Amino acid sequence: MPGTLKDLSRRPSLLTAGHRLCAGCGAPIAIRQLLLAAGTGLVISNATGCVEVGTTIYPQTAWNVSWIHSAFENAAATMSGVETAYRSLKKQGKVRADFRFVALGGDGGTYDIGFQALSGAVERGHRMVYVCYDNGAYMNTGIQRSSATPLGADTTTSPAGTRIPGKPGHRKDLTAIMAAHDVPYVAQASPSHWQDLVAKMEKALAADGPAFLNVLAPCPRGWRHESSETIEVARLAVDTCFWPLYEVAKGAWRLTYRPGKKKPLDEWLKLQGRFAHLFRPGGEAIRQELQAWVDRKWAELVARCA
Amino acid sequence: MGQKVALTGNEAAAFAMRQIDPDVVAAYPITPQTEIVQHFSSFVHDGRVRTEFVTVESEHSAMSACIGSAAAGARTMTATCSQGLALMWEMLYIASAFRLPLVMPVVNRALSGPINIHCDHSDAMGARDSGWIQLYSESAQEVYDNLIQAVRIAEHAQVHLPVMVCQDGFVTSHGLENLEIEPDEAVRAFVGEYRPEYHLLDPERPITMGPLALQNAYFEARRQLAAAMHEAKPVILAVAREFEALTGRSYGFFEAYRMADAELVAVALNSTAGTLKEAVDELRRQGTRAGLLKPRVFRPFPWEEMADALTRPGIRAVAVLDRADTNSTLGGPLFNDVRAALFDAGRRPPVKNYIYGLGGRDVSFAELVSVFGDLRATARDGGTDTPVTYLGVQPRRSGELAAAGTRRR
Ligand SMILES: Cc1ncc(C[n+]2csc(CCOP(=O)(O)OP(=O)(O)O)c2C)c(N)n1
Ligand code: SF4
Ligand SMILES: [Mg+2]
Repeated sequence: MPGTLKDLSRRPSLLTAGHRLCAGCGAPIAIRQLLLAAGTGLVISNATGCVEVGTTIYPQTAWNVSWIHSAFENAAATMSGVETAYRSLKKQGKVRADFRFVALGGDGGTYDIGFQALSGAVERGHRMVYVCYDNGAYMNTGIQRSSATPLGADTTTSPAGTRIPGKPGHRKDLTAIMAAHDVPYVAQASPSHWQDLVAKMEKALAADGPAFLNVLAPCPRGWRHESSETIEVARLAVDTCFWPLYEVAKGAWRLTYRPGKKKPLDEWLKLQGRFAHLFRPGGEAIRQELQAWVDRKWAELVARCA
Repeated sequence: MGQKVALTGNEAAAFAMRQIDPDVVAAYPITPQTEIVQHFSSFVHDGRVRTEFVTVESEHSAMSACIGSAAAGARTMTATCSQGLALMWEMLYIASAFRLPLVMPVVNRALSGPINIHCDHSDAMGARDSGWIQLYSESAQEVYDNLIQAVRIAEHAQVHLPVMVCQDGFVTSHGLENLEIEPDEAVRAFVGEYRPEYHLLDPERPITMGPLALQNAYFEARRQLAAAMHEAKPVILAVAREFEALTGRSYGFFEAYRMADAELVAVALNSTAGTLKEAVDELRRQGTRAGLLKPRVFRPFPWEEMADALTRPGIRAVAVLDRADTNSTLGGPLFNDVRAALFDAGRRPPVKNYIYGLGGRDVSFAELVSVFGDLRATARDGGTDTPVTYLGVQPRRSGELAAAGTRRR
């Protein structure tokens, strides 16, 4: 179990101040929480995206651990190589220190272009924690839709047009897809529930094999909410059951948090400019469809976790 | 001392890889390279190497994993060709920019489309500007020798660039040849230990690899890579000298075959050079002073040395044979580089281009002899006015032979 907030605050910060991510960006908040669980002796591989671009503008770096970025679609494949090199060199006595491995990708780099590499890497069983920071669009290139973008969201490639009002379909349930890979540990987390998140990272790191964490990372730019409300927006995503907190440990599904009262999705939607058009005339049907989708997915999840 | 064995080109590559015994191999099968991966898998599964083998799900991931592995300080190899090399393309540039000394056999095969599994050089030529050193091999012996030398070239402190070692798909990869191999210990001693200065697994010194380099830094990184290609030239020769001391087999930037008094010269890569040697011998028997220049090192391009070799007084015409096209309308990649190399020479012979053998189309002895016939005409009166001839292929439309520079078989 993670320590108290006080304990955690005394741990070294592996992602330091001075990065250039937007004020209120959810991703570095979540990543700093995750890394508190990890401690040093870590190598991170990062997919191209906001976090990569915002933390390592040569000659500066915000990382206090070894970090590698090679391209967009291959954080998992790159890490496969690092982890394999570690096993090889360790076996030969050429590396003595212990290391653990974390791959980091946005939803674009994970759900979409990097999915094949991720699926391959976990099937091969590399001992790494793959963390997807899911902000529901390609933010780095200017807020284009991804397969993590919710139905109806206004993005620059799924604009709220007069004929097609935002993103046409529902989002991909990647966490469940990763659970179907039957890896030792899969979980969904949110920086609004830091204790839950840190505990999941600890379990992921302790897993004897690949682990996958899907972490909600609100993006004030793309979601168009106040940068001071990032954590609130994340919390409402959990309390509306849009982003349930659960884990699948060795095939056992478990809710790690159950909202006292499941809030209506509208409360979450209305905080975000990307859904503003759904609150104008004609938008109601899509909001209902979104609510119905959340209800169905939640019911399925509760049943699985029963 | 070497021992004589019979191996195919693929077996020779796998054999060299076993002796090099890299820390990590990440690879994916593709015809005609597949056998390398299969043989190497057996070495791994029979405990004959200490290598950790990553059976990746694609070549893009193969190269990505190799990059991660080499960045972590491990000696790392892979192998591929054709569509696999094309799929790696994005990562090839990143591997060289990271200055990672990967070594990769490439079993040259045509690029789709149409899909075709047979030999040409389109795959490697598509990667010629990727910052990889490229060595070409006429035979299984050269595949073996080049791979062992490649490790030393790639890892040399002044170089730190990845190397691909090319051989002709099926022709060399599946042809059985007698070659000389060195004892395991000799190869192991020759390649030595790999000890990179910077890597990801140094607990005392965490590093950031692959940051965003903007207008203030990107150009310097690229300039340094270009400089490393210059540095590679003397290193390639120094490694060759050491290799010769070990094995008695000598290598340079290119092989000059009967060039001392040659008047008509062909330039060609890989296995076709073997057939061309026969053609040169035959022409010499008939009284024609034919010669062959077979580049071994295509990247870095040894342009000064090649210009010296091809502008010797007495050389009257040069034919460059390309097993790839640039689709620029001005011929193949080797032709363009050779011609550019000669441009500043005070006196230079006419240089013609012959594109041949795409998709494994057989190039016959008679066709190669006919190229020298052409060169004789070129030497006499400039020959045909088209610089580029497609050898042994049907014309686009009948009656278009001359206009299209196409010669029917
Ligand atoms: C092969 C390739 N295609 C496209 C891009 C352009 N690109 C860079 S980052 C990015 C989107 C990243 O989205 P995501 O993974 O969700 O991360 P975020 O920026 O949202 O943090 C895209 C499309 C690229 N770098 N490489
Ligand atoms: S655009 Fe969004 S994800 Fe990117 S840095 Fe800004 S807030 Fe973070
Ligand atoms: Mg994103």
